[in-house]
Formats: sequence, C-alpha cells, structure tokens
Amino acid sequence: MNHYTVRKMIDRSMRIFAYLALIVALIPLFSIISEVLLKGASSVNINFLTQPSPTVGEAGGGVANAIQGTLITVGLASLIGVPLGIISGIFLSEYSEAKISYPIRFFNDVLSGFPSIVVGIFGYTLIVRAIGFSVIAAAFALAIIMLPIVTRTTEEAMKLVPATVREAAIALGVPRWRTIITVVLSGAKKGVATGVLLAVARIAGESAPILVTMGYWRWWFAGLNQPVANLTLNIYIFAISPFENWQALAWGSALVLVMLILGINIIVRAATREKYK
Amino acid sequence: MKTHRVRENAVKSPENPTIFIHNLIVRIRRTMKKFSKGDNLFKLLTAVIASSIFLILGLMIYELTVGSRLSIQRFGIEFLVGTKWDPAITQVFGALPLILGTLVTSAIALLIGVPISLGIGLALSEFSPKRFGFAFSFLVELLAAVPSVIYGLWGIFTLIPFLRNNVYLPLQAMFGFFPLFSGLVYGGGVLTAGIVLAIMIIPTISAISRDAFSAVPNTQREAMISLGATKWETAKTVMSYARTGVIGAIILGLGRAIGETMAVTMVIGNKFQLLPTSLFDAWYTMSAIIANEFTEATYDLYVSALIEVGLTLFFIALIINVLARLIVWRSLKLVRGIARE
Repeated sequence: MNHYTVRKMIDRSMRIFAYLALIVALIPLFSIISEVLLKGASSVNINFLTQPSPTVGEAGGGVANAIQGTLITVGLASLIGVPLGIISGIFLSEYSEAKISYPIRFFNDVLSGFPSIVVGIFGYTLIVRAIGFSVIAAAFALAIIMLPIVTRTTEEAMKLVPATVREAAIALGVPRWRTIITVVLSGAKKGVATGVLLAVARIAGESAPILVTMGYWRWWFAGLNQPVANLTLNIYIFAISPFENWQALAWGSALVLVMLILGINIIVRAATREKYK
Repeated sequence: MKTHRVRENAVKSPENPTIFIHNLIVRIRRTMKKFSKGDNLFKLLTAVIASSIFLILGLMIYELTVGSRLSIQRFGIEFLVGTKWDPAITQVFGALPLILGTLVTSAIALLIGVPISLGIGLALSEFSPKRFGFAFSFLVELLAAVPSVIYGLWGIFTLIPFLRNNVYLPLQAMFGFFPLFSGLVYGGGVLTAGIVLAIMIIPTISAISRDAFSAVPNTQREAMISLGATKWETAKTVMSYARTGVIGAIILGLGRAIGETMAVTMVIGNKFQLLPTSLFDAWYTMSAIIANEFTEATYDLYVSALIEVGLTLFFIALIINVLARLIVWRSLKLVRGIARE
C-alpha cells in the first residue's frame, strides 16, 4: 500500500463520515415527526379539539383551552414585539451610519442567544410581582424573546432593497422618512413578514418562560391579568403525569404544536426559497 | 442676488400678483424644508426604540440582582460553592452541584455535537452539489425549529427506552467494571441529557460553520487542488482558514446548551447531588431546578435563591454570548474582507 492509496482511503472515509454525520443528525427529526404524527393522530378527535383539560381521573378531555391560551398569549406578545422589532430593524438598516447602531446590533445578537428561562424570571420580578401570574407577564417575556429575531430579519430584509430605489425616491423630493416607510419597507415586506412569522413560530414553542410567568393552568381565558392554559405546558405536565389519557393528550398537543410551528417554517422557507439561490 | 432683490420687492409691494405668487412658493418651500426635519424626528424615534435593548438588558441585571438580594445577603459567596439545597428544613441553598450539572451536560453535548456538526458543515459546503446542500440545509434548519418541550416529550417516550435497551445496557455489559458505566440504568440521566442537548445544538453549530466554510475564498481551494490535494485535504485547509468562525459557532452552541431548560428537565432525572455516580445516574442543572421549583417555592428566601440561580445563569450566558458574537463577527468580517481583495 503506497502513500497515495492511504491518502485516497483517508479522503474517502472522511467524506463518508461527513455524510454519515448528516444522516445521523436528521434521524431525530424524522423520528420526532413520525412519532408525533403516529401517536398524536390517534388522540385527535372532536372532543380533543372542543373540550378543556381533564381533571385527575376524568376520562377524555381535550386541549381547546390550551389552543385558545396559546393564541391569545402569542398574539399579545406579537402586538408588543413586532412593532418594536420592525422599528428597531428600520433604524439598524437605514441609519447604520449612526455610531450607536453598532452596539445595538451587537447586544441584539447577544439577547437572541439568551436562555429563555432567564427572560422568564425577568418577567416574574418585573410584572408577576406587581399583578400576579398572568397573560400579560407571559406575553411580556415572549415579546422580549421575539424582539431580537424580528429586528434582525427586518434589518436584513431592508438592506436587500437596492440603494437605487432609495435614491430614486429621494430624487423625487420625498423626505427620507417617507421613503423608508413607503418605498423601502414595502419593498422589503416579504422578508419582514418572513421574520415575523419565524419569530411567532419560535415563541409559540417556548415553555420555560411561560412556566415562570404564568404557571400551569387548566381553565379558559378569564382576562389578561389572569393565567390561561397553554399548549407547551400542557405537553410538559401531561407528559410527566402517570395517567395514560393525559399522556395521549400530550401527544395530541404535540401534534397541534408541531403542525403549527413546522408548518409556518416550511411555508415561509419555501416561499422565500429564491433568496438562497 | 437677483432673486434676493425680487423677494425684497415682494415684501415692499404685495399688490404685484406675480411677485406675490413667487413669494408664496418660496414660503411653501420653506415650510416644506422645515417639514423635512421630520427626518430628524423619525430618526430620533427609531433610535430611541432601537436603544430600548440597553434598557431591557440593564433592567434585567437590576431586577435579577434585586430579586436575589435576600439570598445574596444570607449566603454570599457560599451560594456558589455550597453543596446543600435544603428548602424544607434548614433552608440552606448552595448551587455548586447545579453549576457542575449544567457545565458537564453541556460539555457532553459539545463532545458529541461538534464532530457531527463539522461533518455536516463540510458535507453541505465542500463535498456536495449546491442543490443537494440546499435541501439538507433546509432540513437541518427544521431541526432547530422543533420546540424544546417536544424534544423532552420525544426524549421520555422514544429516546430513553431506545437508549436504555439498545445502548446503555449493552455498554454496561461490556464496560460495567469502569465506574462511568456502572450503577443502575434508568434510561434518563446525565448522558441522555447530553445526547438530547447535542441534538439541539447541532443545527446552530452546523449552520454557522457551513457559512464560515462557504465564506472561504475559492483561491484557497484552487491552490490546494492544483497541488494535487484530495477533497479532504482541501477541506482541512478550508477548516483551518475558517477556524475563528467555527470556534464562535461552537461557543454559540455552548450558550444554547447551557440555557436549555425543558428538554433537560424532562430527561435528566432531577436529583440534587454533588456528582453523579455514573453517566447513567440522575443529576440536576441550573435551568431545570428553576423550572421545577419556581412555582412551588413557598417563602421569599427560597424564591430569592432560585432567582440567584437565574442571575448566575444570566452572567454565564452573557459572557458566552458576548465572546461568541465577537469571534463570529470578527471572523466573518475578516474572511469577507480578504475575499473582496
């Protein structure tokens, strides 16, 4: 065996290792999707979608209250987080010559990598201490989690709008702020919408910050200063429970959540495919 | 000069209609100019809102410090090196086992996740055609979108039984004399937590290292190929060229592993002890104890101790993320700068 054969063998084995790594990493994805579909589908029926959580020992029950709670919490969080994120993104993209934009972008990136449970504790000390475990506290924590994602994607989407478009608007005598809102932002609306949807998908799957700011709750929505049920915490509480019908509900909730989140991700990424080419 | 004179005339003789109209236009233009100061207002407004990030981070530090004041005053540095966590009787709190649990599980995750992630990064950027790379990048990104609690659910009902029967028990049968593989096999525990974390950080590390590899200028590859290098030897050069980016990616992955809560809480077994007896034993992490005990903490000192655990986590995460971002930013700028030349 000469030197050349050895090199060729190493080359081949390393390439096989790289492809193997890819396959090994994707096994959990396929396993999760197939398990959730398989075990979740059997517990989805009309009761599942219309009934609230069962109490201990009660048969049947559903996740309707949790779906309601997740929609309300995520909706309220988006109402706070999306406008702030888009405005911050506008600043970073359009006024990138301002000195302060560098540290803003930096700490924005830092915040996006932060443990969500720490953000949850922040929501607890700031809001729960004042008004108690509530939708508002949870929405506040989720808004902080989505803020850096929306900011980042808005900035990137707006930077993709060519400078000639801005110059054309300014040459027509349109003030800069109107140029930004009517021309640049509307030109980047697809990218901005992508970022918003991905951020919504991200916070819809958060559980740790909700646990700290709202706790597990089994009842229907009763006001913004009250807690409400939630899909992710349903999964957590039902999964570690000893009751079989609860565990079945956990898989059912997982199916709803995975369809929601992966659905958003697949649609968004398929729609913006040309960006990557 | 001429315009100036005309304008003076306009002021003196308003009865002249042409000059009056001219004057009007000049005034409208002036108001327009003032109105275009709206630009400054708009800039200020966006700047203030964008700067709220500093307010958020500052408030976070302040609130967490104030929230853990009771525990800081009571235990001081003892909190970080103490090994007892007894809320029920003596009300003593020490977080060292939790910190160790977080660091060790994250280290296991890196040991498993980094080689796989680098393999993926190379497969996607160096070894495969673009179209193929795109499809798989998409799948890897989907892996990152799966919520943590779903990983936990899957961990409890699918991964744990699988690992217990097909990996851990055979491992113990072969290497049981080795302390790391001794003891009871529950299925959950330190190694399982490390494996779940590895699955969760692989998308982060592989996506960033793929970008770092793709940013390496082609001249590097061409030079290697012209010297007769194989694809793997070329890839080695690419890796060493992109090493800062890769290090940044690994630190970012570490940051994600350290903060990860639900999945770990669901598979690690949640047992407070300084060190586990083996890789199969149960343990605890900082985030897991917050998730488990926060809503059940019954008195102020207890809550305060849990918030201090959060504060510790905050500072560890802050250091890791700042470091990672600095490295990633610098490396991407560096590589892009050279590529442009």
